[in-house]
Amino acid sequence: MHNARSLTYRAAVLEALVGEMRRDDAVIMLGEDIGAAGGVFKQTDGLFTEFGAGRIIDTPISESGAFGIAVGAAMAGQRPVFEVMFGDFITLIMDQLVNQAAKLNYMSAGQFKVPLVVRTAVGIGGNLGPQHSQSLHAWSSHIPGLKVVMPSTPVDAKNLMVAAIRDDNPVLFFEDRMLYNLRGDVPEGDYLVPIGSADVKREGSDVTIIATSRMVHTALAAADLLVKDGISAEVVDPRSLVPLDIATLVTSVKKTSRAIVVDGGYQQYGVTGEIAATIAEYAFDHLDAPVIRFGSADVPIPFSRTLESLMLPDAGNLAQAAAAMVRGR
Amino acid sequence: MAKPVITSPFPLPPADEALRLLRMMQLIRTFEKTVRNLYSGGAIPGLVHLCAGQEAVAVGVCSLLNKEDMIASNHRGHGHCLAKGADVGRMMAEIMGRRTGYGLGRGGTLHIFDSANGNLGTTGIVGGGIPLAAGAALAAKRNRRGQVTAAFFGDGALNQGLMFEVMNMAAIWKLPALFVCENNGFGEFTAIEDVTAGANPVVRGQTFDIPSESIDGMDVLAVRAAAQEAIERARKGGGPSFLVCNTYRYGGHHVGDKQDYKDDEEAEAWRLKDPIERLGRGLVEAKLTTEETIAAFQREVDAEVRAAVDAAKAAPFPAAEDLKTHLYA
Repeated sequence: MHNARSLTYRAAVLEALVGEMRRDDAVIMLGEDIGAAGGVFKQTDGLFTEFGAGRIIDTPISESGAFGIAVGAAMAGQRPVFEVMFGDFITLIMDQLVNQAAKLNYMSAGQFKVPLVVRTAVGIGGNLGPQHSQSLHAWSSHIPGLKVVMPSTPVDAKNLMVAAIRDDNPVLFFEDRMLYNLRGDVPEGDYLVPIGSADVKREGSDVTIIATSRMVHTALAAADLLVKDGISAEVVDPRSLVPLDIATLVTSVKKTSRAIVVDGGYQQYGVTGEIAATIAEYAFDHLDAPVIRFGSADVPIPFSRTLESLMLPDAGNLAQAAAAMVRGR
Repeated sequence: MAKPVITSPFPLPPADEALRLLRMMQLIRTFEKTVRNLYSGGAIPGLVHLCAGQEAVAVGVCSLLNKEDMIASNHRGHGHCLAKGADVGRMMAEIMGRRTGYGLGRGGTLHIFDSANGNLGTTGIVGGGIPLAAGAALAAKRNRRGQVTAAFFGDGALNQGLMFEVMNMAAIWKLPALFVCENNGFGEFTAIEDVTAGANPVVRGQTFDIPSESIDGMDVLAVRAAAQEAIERARKGGGPSFLVCNTYRYGGHHVGDKQDYKDDEEAEAWRLKDPIERLGRGLVEAKLTTEETIAAFQREVDAEVRAAVDAAKAAPFPAAEDLKTHLYA
């Protein structure tokens, strides 16, 4: 039996990193201020003390070069976890990610695996402005050869980080920084969640809300609100965007006949569109209403609180849309 | 062909080693000539970038590397691959898009990988191999087996920010890496002086306190002398070196390039320093070989390359079932 303890999301990821670094000497970390400083969000706290500068490697502010070095190290047998401090800066590693990491196993016909993890903090909130708040996970989801996960709870965060480090492919691990202090039960020991498995976070019968990362919690709050209206909402968390667990999503939508898709990234050409199209392909005949989607507003993310708070739907917005959908209005 | 006016000022290695260098340069020259003819005859699609004229750099460096040492090549990389031990048949098959190639014919000339011989691959991104080599050097440093890695790139890559980022990290982390710039005077169709500030590229390595040297890249013995010193330093933990090998690309940027931007007299002057003629002349003058032996070598490499072409022509193209394999490890 596993003993579950309450851990924060931050501590759960850290526990996965510590466990994997103790288990496998090939696991190293590279990133900015991750060493003695312990990370800007304290997300690598204590690692430097235990594993030293040889494995917890502080890089200069040279994301492109440093990530390229991580890719080369992975080709040569290391298992790097590369930290991009803010998800916005993922643009700076894009060439190494898209043109090298994603394709090397394919181009070399399996001669060179690239077992690495890119972890990065994303999410609107905290008044960090247009260049420190974006969730660009749809970009990497567009590229064949990459895997993309974005856990919503401490237990999923720990398990998916373990799975990501043990995966022989490049895995993007998106952490919403507004979740870092979220607490939840996490069993001790290895308890692997495979990459590519969705999770029904709440069962329901009238409408399916498919939500990613922090939006899972908004969807759960909406489901609570809907109870008062006598509406039973099911909340499904894909957990991985690539590979996408289509079967679990489609099974839920076939059961409820209604789907709302919610994601924290920009709506245009984004995750919500992809999932809505997938539902249309696999479950169109089961739908009682058009799929509704909620992404972030398609504008640069403003600094000021009054505007920042308009970027994402809240539980009330989701509940209202779900209620109208169920009532056929 | 015009006879060279000077032989190398560097001492000749023992005869058997010197003859290996000569034969490898002959093989590369013959391989490139054959690829040019195949391309012109329509047997190779896409674009090919040939290294005829630059053989001394690849052979000079790689002749001093062990199988465990690694290289990262660039778009003009056939010479690097062959000098690092690649199989002529599998290379030709890859370039001709055949299933028997190193990447099942899915990579082509720009993506030839040979893990068994420590070759991290040719690449289509200018400068793209530099961080991969440095990353492999980081892995080598952790493994403590005395491996070194070499990145080959052209003068065009001197203006990629990536090169500076990686040199900086290689220097601060004392990575066992050689940065080998093949300065052939042209980045694609543009002369180096039109796009590159500073008269001496060597300064770019010195900025990072990396031992940096300008070398006659048309003299395999000069390249070897510099590479030997750099490799020994790297193996002993002395960190990276920067070798600027001044050489000349006999052909265009790619086959079919009319080369209107080249000066005929200048091209002829470079040919007087031809690396193969030069080493051959030196060996004959030192009575370490005879013209007959050199001619016999040429017949051997002709036959080897011809056999590779025949085998590739007879080999199947990849089939539809090869489209999606190795997308993930």
